[in-house]
Amino acid sequence: MSERIKKWPGVELSAADLNEGKVTQTRFRPNAKYAWSAGEAMSRFLAELQNGRLIARTCHSCKRILFPPRMFCESCFRPTDEWTFIQDTGTIETFSISYLDTDAKRIPDPILVGVVSIDGASPKMGMMHYFGDMTKEQIRIGMRVKAVWRPWEERRGSVLDIRHFGPLKEDAK
Amino acid sequence: MRKVGVIGAGMTLFRRRLQETGKEMCFEATKMALDSAGLTRADIDMVVNGTAPDAFDGVHMKGEYLLDGCGGYRKPYTRVFTGGGTGVFSSIAGWWHVASGLADAVLVVNEEKMSSCQPHPQSVFAHIWDPILDRPLRPNLIWIFAMEMNRYMHVHGVKKEDIARVAVKNKRNAVGHPCAQLADPNITVDDVLNSEVMAWPVQRLDISPPSDGASAIVLASEDFIRRRKIKDRAWMSGVGWCIDSTMWTDRDLYFPEYVARAAQTAYKRAKISDPRRQIDFAEPYDPFDYKELHHLEGLLLARKGEAPILTREGVTERDGDLPVCPSGGLMGVGNPIAATMGQKIGELFWQLTNQAGKRQIPHEVHTGVAQAWGDLMQYGSVVVMSS
Repeated sequence: MSERIKKWPGVELSAADLNEGKVTQTRFRPNAKYAWSAGEAMSRFLAELQNGRLIARTCHSCKRILFPPRMFCESCFRPTDEWTFIQDTGTIETFSISYLDTDAKRIPDPILVGVVSIDGASPKMGMMHYFGDMTKEQIRIGMRVKAVWRPWEERRGSVLDIRHFGPLKEDAK
Repeated sequence: MRKVGVIGAGMTLFRRRLQETGKEMCFEATKMALDSAGLTRADIDMVVNGTAPDAFDGVHMKGEYLLDGCGGYRKPYTRVFTGGGTGVFSSIAGWWHVASGLADAVLVVNEEKMSSCQPHPQSVFAHIWDPILDRPLRPNLIWIFAMEMNRYMHVHGVKKEDIARVAVKNKRNAVGHPCAQLADPNITVDDVLNSEVMAWPVQRLDISPPSDGASAIVLASEDFIRRRKIKDRAWMSGVGWCIDSTMWTDRDLYFPEYVARAAQTAYKRAKISDPRRQIDFAEPYDPFDYKELHHLEGLLLARKGEAPILTREGVTERDGDLPVCPSGGLMGVGNPIAATMGQKIGELFWQLTNQAGKRQIPHEVHTGVAQAWGDLMQYGSVVVMSS
C-alpha cells in the first residue's frame, strides 16, 4: 500500500453480523451431484484393488513403472505399454497427524495420513492413504508399511478397499 | 518484445469478512490503481481479471460477474486462473498484452471473496482433489501442506522453531501495512509453537486463514509511460511460469522444481545469472510459514535447506541483506488467494517507487522478485521487477 493513500476501502463484518442476520444478505444452498466414469486406467486399477492387488503401467521409452497407472506417459507423451503388478508394500515418504476432518472440523483422535511410495513402482511413485496399527508417536518417515486390505466381501473397487497401511514386519527387526 | 512497466496499484482491506460484494471490492481496488497512475478507464486498452475457484463466491462465470468492477465493460477482457498461482500469474497475462504490442495500457484486477462460502471455504477445497484416487479418503487441503512441510523438515533436518520465525517476521512486518488482517507486533516464536495443532506439523499460527479482498495494478508500455510523463514506474524485467503434474504423490515434495523452472525462465529474461547477488528483495508466496522457505529455495535465492538458516541469521528481515516479504506477506497481510497480488506485485511496485512508508526497506533496492504458487502443490509463477 502506498503511503500516499490515506483511506483504504472495505467494511469489516463479524461472523455474528452474518449468522444473526445483522446485515442484508441472501442465501443459496446448491445441490450438485456427480458420477465419474473411471476411464481406462483407473477402471483396471479399481478392479485390481477389489482383487487385493496393486497394478501399474510401464513406459518403454522412459523405463518408468508408473503408479498410479495411466494410459499415456505425461513425460514421453506416448501411450504406455504394459500392465504390471507391483507389491502392496512400501515406504512412508511423508505424513501428517491431523486433528481436522474434511470440513476443517476439530476431531479429538487424530487421523494418520500421508504418502506411501509403493515397492515395484519407480522411485517416489505412490499414493495418499491412511496409516493404522501404529500410534502417532510411532509413525515416522522411512517406515516400511504394508496394505491392510478389507475383507473380500467388503471391497467395492475403491482406494478404500485398502483400510490403511500398517507396519511391515521387517521394520521391527 | 516491448518493455512493460507497472505504473499504479491499489488494494482493499484484507479481512475475514467484508461487507462489499466482489464487484464492489474490485471497483475500489481498480479505482485506486487508476488514480495512482493518473489515468481513467478511458486510457485502458485491455483488462485482465484473476480470481480463484468459482465455488468460493458461489458464482460460476466469476470473471464475467466481476467484469464491471474491474473496469472491463465493453473492452477486451479475460479472466485467468492458475489456482493460488493467480496472485502473480494474472500480472504475467497483463504483461504479455503489453509486451506483444497488442495494448499500451492494461488493468490487472484480482479478487477473492472466501467468506461467502459457509460455514468455511474448506468444504469447497474438497473439490480440487482427484475424484477416484484422493476424494474417497475425504482429504482436507491442510493435510497435503502438512505432508509437504513434514517432508521438507525431514530431508533438511529443519526445526519447527526455525519455520515459526517466518510467521513471526511476516506478522511483525505487516504492522506497517494498512490493509493487514493478521499483523501482530508482539508475536513470538513460542506463540506459534504453542498454537493449536491442526494437522501436525501445521499449527494454527503456521497458516494464513481465509480472507476477502481485491487488488489491482496498471501496466503500460515504455512509450506510453514516456508520452504521459509518468514518474512512478517499475519495470517487469522477467516473467516465468511452470506447472507440474496433478499426480502429486509421484514426486518428492521437499523441493518445488516447478518454481525453480519458472524462476529460471524469469531470470533469463531479466538477464539475471546470479539471483542471490542480483536480487535485492523478494516476495515469495507464504500462505504457510514453511512455504516462504520452500519458495526461497525454489527461487534459487537460497541453497536447498539453507533458507531456515538465512532466516535464523536475520538475512531475510526487512533491514537484512535479502529482505523477504517486507509487505508482511500472506502470513501477515492475509490470504484472499488471487488478491495477494497486492502484497506481491503491488509491494514490489511500492518498494521500487519509494512509496512503502513504514514498510520501506531502509537500504536502496533496485530489483525484486515476486512469486505465487498453487493448484495441487504444482504451480509456480514468477515476476522480476526493477527500478
